[in-house]
Amino acid sequence: MYEGVVQDLIDELGRFPGVGPKSAQRIAFHLLNSDPADINRLREVLGKVAEGVTFCEVCGTVAEQQRCRICRDERRDATLVCVVEEPKDVLAVERTGEFKGRYHVLGGALDPLSGIGPDQLRMRELLARIGTDEITEVILATDPNTEGEATATYLVRMLRDFPGLTVTRLASGLPMGGDLEFADELTLGRALSGRRAL
Amino acid sequence: MSLYRDTGIVVRVQKLGEADRIITLITRKFGKVRAVAKGVRRTGSRFGARLEPFGHVDVQFYTGRTLDVITQVQTVDAFGSPIVADYQRYTVASAILETADRLCAEEGEPVLRLYLLVIGALRALAGGERDAALVLDAFLLRAMAFAGWEPAIVECARCASPGPHPAFNVAAGGAVCARCRPAGSVNPGAEVLILLDALMVGDWARAEHSSYPVRRQASGLIAAHLQWHLERGLRSLPLVERRLREQAGVPEAEQHAEPHAELDGPATQR
Repeated sequence: MYEGVVQDLIDELGRFPGVGPKSAQRIAFHLLNSDPADINRLREVLGKVAEGVTFCEVCGTVAEQQRCRICRDERRDATLVCVVEEPKDVLAVERTGEFKGRYHVLGGALDPLSGIGPDQLRMRELLARIGTDEITEVILATDPNTEGEATATYLVRMLRDFPGLTVTRLASGLPMGGDLEFADELTLGRALSGRRAL
Repeated sequence: MSLYRDTGIVVRVQKLGEADRIITLITRKFGKVRAVAKGVRRTGSRFGARLEPFGHVDVQFYTGRTLDVITQVQTVDAFGSPIVADYQRYTVASAILETADRLCAEEGEPVLRLYLLVIGALRALAGGERDAALVLDAFLLRAMAFAGWEPAIVECARCASPGPHPAFNVAAGGAVCARCRPAGSVNPGAEVLILLDALMVGDWARAEHSSYPVRRQASGLIAAHLQWHLERGLRSLPLVERRLREQAGVPEAEQHAEPHAELDGPATQR
């Protein structure tokens, strides 16, 4: 145990995900040896995060203003909405450079084992958007795991009766660079059912 | 024992570090096992989707210092896909897994009967031939019997006088006769107790001919009985989607023909 504020710093750093006591100690001593200007910059950023980060009132991703950069951008296709679980998924889709529509962040996936049902996610907000905006296609980009698939199933059931709305799901299948014999049954089954003519 | 192998049902997954997961399985020989699946969250993982909840898998473990490590996985039954394709089945299957996880408190203690019950229930759900809510209620009743909390249905829970009895009291342990009836007992009606008995012994023809209001009452009693004994409520049970009315068309009993090994025989045989 260190004395005073150094131990407090190690304890606080140790609360971060993936940071154990040894890593916390290493980061703490790195900070102690850092240039005071670097520490001030970090302090300013943390202060801004504590005060300034809000969630976009339209799509629910992290934003600095009431509306995020993507929802404010008039050049984006407002008829296309990509539904994702977390704000970090917005970045993942953006990195592809393929998608020019807008997003809707649910804030998680349906997971009864963790007590997360439809009321805990931003599903009502999605329905309200579809009811008022000019959306013609909803792309379900929830994670390709059990919870994400169940969330997509639930959303399809809710959205299929909207007139003139197309609901699509991200394709899933075999990763590039892999061997077929190592593919699991679920993924291989998906790849077979989603095959396309060449 | 550095390497060992068993079949099991994946009941829970928790994130660990950047790309790993802690997988909780209920296995045939070793009961509940918690083990680390390294790199399973990466898209190129060799485990792929095999270690997702509801998966019935053949697993090889390496004995670790704190948690064992999963080294190989092969799918035995892929229950996940058909269950996840229907939201009601998904919520029901989640409640089944959570119940099994809670009832199996000790790691490494064999729970063969519970393991077979879970597989039977998931197989019935994946097949989609039976009403998912009935499958859940049948599972919960039998799982409680496994845990030693079987509710008295055909005899009085206090004096064991033969029934049928009109009252039901969760704290007393099930149906109670007029003489033993404690304050706060409910009067569920004869049809509800008949349904409970049918679910317990695996008489699906009788269970499927019950009306939806009767099923709803029976589900309420079963949930109350379970939560009384578990002391802490199940997270997934309030999220289970139950149909509020009968669907138009063919009665359910006419749609089902194939029996399910684990859920069809009398409960006393297991």
